[in-house]
Amino acid sequence: MLRVSDLSIEYTTEQAVLPAVRDVSLDLANGESLGIVGESGSGKSTLVMGALRYLPANGRVVAGSVHLKDQDLGELSAADLRRVWGGQVGIVYQNPLGALNPSMTVGRQLREVATWHLNMNKRQGDNLAREMLTKVSMPDPDSVLKRYPHQLSGGMLQRCIIAMALMTRPALLVMDEPTTALDVTTQAVVLDLIEELKAEFDAAILYITHDLGVVARICDRIAVMYAGEVVEIATTRELFARPRHPYSLRLLGCIPHFDLGPQKRSLLTIPGTIPRVNDLPPGCVFAPRCTFAHEQCLAASPPLVDIGAGRSSACLRWAEVPDLIDVAHSETDVLGRRSEEVPGTADLLVTADVCVDFKASGRSLEWRRHKGRVRAVGGVSAFLKLGQTLGVVGESGSGKTTFARAIIGLTERSDGSVRLRGHELAPGLEARSPQAVRDMSMVFQNPDASLNPRHTVGQAVGRPLSLFRRLRGKALEGEIERLLHVVQLPSDYRGRYPGELSGGEKQRVAIARACAADPAIVLCDEPLSALDVSVQGALMNLLMRLQSQMGTSFLFISHDLSAVQHMSDWIAVMYLGKIMELGPTAEVMRPPFHPYTEALLSAVPVADPDAVQEGIRLSGAVPSATHVPPGCRFHPRCPRCLGDQCRVEEPPWRAVAATHWVYCHILPEELASNQFGIREGHAASQREET
Amino acid sequence: MTRRGASAGPTPGLCARASRGDPEWNTDRGWQTQVEAQGRQGKVSGGDVRGVRLYWCRLARRPAALVGTVVFLTIVLLAAIGPTISPYPPNEQDAEAPLEAPSGRHFFGTDQFGRDVFSRVLSGARGVVTVSGLGTAMAVAIGVFSGLFAGYQRGVRSEIITRVYDLLLCIPSLLLAMVLIASVGPSKVNIVLVVGILYTPNVGRVVRSVVLDLKSKEFVEAAKARKERRGYILFREILPNTLGPLMVESAMRFSYSIFLVASLGFLGLGVQPPASDWGLMVSDARDFLQLAPWMLLFPSAAIAALVIATNLMSDGLRQITAPAGSAG
Repeated sequence: MLRVSDLSIEYTTEQAVLPAVRDVSLDLANGESLGIVGESGSGKSTLVMGALRYLPANGRVVAGSVHLKDQDLGELSAADLRRVWGGQVGIVYQNPLGALNPSMTVGRQLREVATWHLNMNKRQGDNLAREMLTKVSMPDPDSVLKRYPHQLSGGMLQRCIIAMALMTRPALLVMDEPTTALDVTTQAVVLDLIEELKAEFDAAILYITHDLGVVARICDRIAVMYAGEVVEIATTRELFARPRHPYSLRLLGCIPHFDLGPQKRSLLTIPGTIPRVNDLPPGCVFAPRCTFAHEQCLAASPPLVDIGAGRSSACLRWAEVPDLIDVAHSETDVLGRRSEEVPGTADLLVTADVCVDFKASGRSLEWRRHKGRVRAVGGVSAFLKLGQTLGVVGESGSGKTTFARAIIGLTERSDGSVRLRGHELAPGLEARSPQAVRDMSMVFQNPDASLNPRHTVGQAVGRPLSLFRRLRGKALEGEIERLLHVVQLPSDYRGRYPGELSGGEKQRVAIARACAADPAIVLCDEPLSALDVSVQGALMNLLMRLQSQMGTSFLFISHDLSAVQHMSDWIAVMYLGKIMELGPTAEVMRPPFHPYTEALLSAVPVADPDAVQEGIRLSGAVPSATHVPPGCRFHPRCPRCLGDQCRVEEPPWRAVAATHWVYCHILPEELASNQFGIREGHAASQREET
Repeated sequence: MTRRGASAGPTPGLCARASRGDPEWNTDRGWQTQVEAQGRQGKVSGGDVRGVRLYWCRLARRPAALVGTVVFLTIVLLAAIGPTISPYPPNEQDAEAPLEAPSGRHFFGTDQFGRDVFSRVLSGARGVVTVSGLGTAMAVAIGVFSGLFAGYQRGVRSEIITRVYDLLLCIPSLLLAMVLIASVGPSKVNIVLVVGILYTPNVGRVVRSVVLDLKSKEFVEAAKARKERRGYILFREILPNTLGPLMVESAMRFSYSIFLVASLGFLGLGVQPPASDWGLMVSDARDFLQLAPWMLLFPSAAIAALVIATNLMSDGLRQITAPAGSAG
């Protein structure tokens, strides 16, 4: 139905012409879903948008052709192309709020599609809009039609956009990272929806993403892209079972799997960096980073060849690409033992009932009801042991960032205590002792904003050294170099500015800066979220190595459950300002769970098409801290809500084991009896055997 | 098979291939994607050219800004070396040759006292450039300090500073300048002070807006977490980041202050005769407009040239320092 042949797309920029996509050929049959997977810079969005001839002013297709239903898109006039876009192609973008006109109601925008492309009148358009919203399981479609985009949550908006895209019953549905901006539980609901609609609408789907877990669920076939070329095409099952290109192999190895063993293993990494598109290597584009490269690989670029059974690979040595398990076993090492209950391990940091209130601004009726304050963190009691990692998982609005800021003193807590080595820490930084200030540092989420664009790397890393350790001159330089070495950056990076570094490198500098003064605790606030998959893996390895070498304790905050369980000794699951479950990683990941943990485990996309997850879905959207429900704050969405008890009474903090607590009314035995968490497929059990 | 290896596009000489029109990088989705992509994985750098060479490259591609910069520098140079190259002392009267048309002897003609207009324009340049320059420098100094504090602190003091800015900006600048000069008397020092006070709010606002933007960034939070003193955060962390917009605003203020100083001179509130102030020369020339139009023409042209040149230069500065991406 969609045939892309030898497509090449270039961008013209001030400095050079960038060959963003080179020689890509793809086929998509009716009703099939093809996932296009790649990291940033791989050209996946460019490929799809270019195939549809929807490029920005400086992009153009320089070679190849695209046939949609046997019609050559390159030969169409602008008007015809617009008709094709509207009538036969539906696009769902990453940012739902940006894809809708903020000044028009949702209903009007949906109606517009009907009146423009389907030649309906207003009433018919409205009816169709309502019908589509019902199809995407929107609660109360009539009221949604009357609302403006900013009044709806992300998940609802994305559903509206999917409804809009499917209104014309397009032959091709393009989805460009539609769930990346959504919370995990919302993402699961939207993915469910996409699966249902696949069956009903019989549209061919092009699904662009970097998340292999999502692709494992949704797509029949997968095309892996690297630096503007397609390196492998295979069915989902085949790709995960036995990838036939070294890049796909390594990409799969970078993903942390749900591994409940006692050892912390490092992840596979891909050495080197993605080549700049205007500075490509001769020969195979992956060769400089490939561990199996031969001379022939460096000579000429291998074309994508059919290797039988509908698979293609762009590797000359595809037949010899080893099994992931073997590579993982030989190239990763054990970085430590996951400490469960190690008797005598001191509690380095203890928080008791920490609350953080924010003064609400504005004078609307709502605020007055809450007496002018919003409780972002409502009584969190946790602990961090020496040399260990506490992982904090939660979705947006759970208060995890605020909690970390309250610990370090950037945000003043309103109540509760934080004790470091037994000494109480003041709520604000001014009152803390220099030693306490030095003992804690933070790594932030956004690598671009973490470093001062006008300070060199050396200045950034050197400041804590000169401030806390009073190093000057030669000693200072030597220590800066040592730190750069520890985070695996070459020493000539000292004179570079952040603008010259990649995201992963910037984050390494931020980690070096955080560790410079030898802190006891490093608080990592979503340090990996803004980075690519392979870079995430490398940084997780770095953090784990740092911990085993320097004995630093980490507070690792993330919404990504797989990363957290990979790195942490202890896990705390937060929801709406309170901890729902706290315990050693292995125990938290095994039943009995708190119902919220259970829902998270059901929702997280696992990069394994054979994995079985419970199909628990939470209704409603993630609430905000302005409207904390009474009783158990999770009760409106809890699939196991007991009724009045949960609605009225706050649950007890129940000990399931010596160091494992669950904040729920339901007895642990009852929970354990009907929960099973994630059961991974064949490949994973093989891995555990080695 | 597509081309590979060395970039598909040529990179000859200092500036790579010229592009059609002037792609605004900020709005260019394609480039943004590439920069972001390369930002997350590979190196960001704008390409093969970076740093000062990059700015030079961009300047060369903008003829208006180039012209403006060249004219500006020429005038400043002439102002500096004026006295040494003027053919006649500016105040030397020649009773034999009043109101002479431009000729080989007097390039710009003479005025009613026989003074050489060319020499007067040259010496006037010195006055204008010095007074405007010092006034702008003062405005920048006060504006930076007040802007930093107004942006960083939340509270009564910063509110007051901001409202004072608003107040000064509300009143028409020429009017305010006239009132101030009339009350303290026209002298070079007073004019410098007035220019400084008048243009502080503009600079202060620009600095304040940058501070407001940067205040919530993580590198400032990291500094706070190290319990750095406020002075360190303002001057070592935030201030270096304000330099771009600050440079642009300073150039603009310079342009405005030239015009202001010339206007004051025109109204008789600038330096007093017999000093050769451009504005004063224009004012004097009004009476002789029909007899000796060159008396009006050349000083006016000089004012216009300097103002426009500085404007073009500041516009160019804004364009070459604005693009997204590399800070280095």
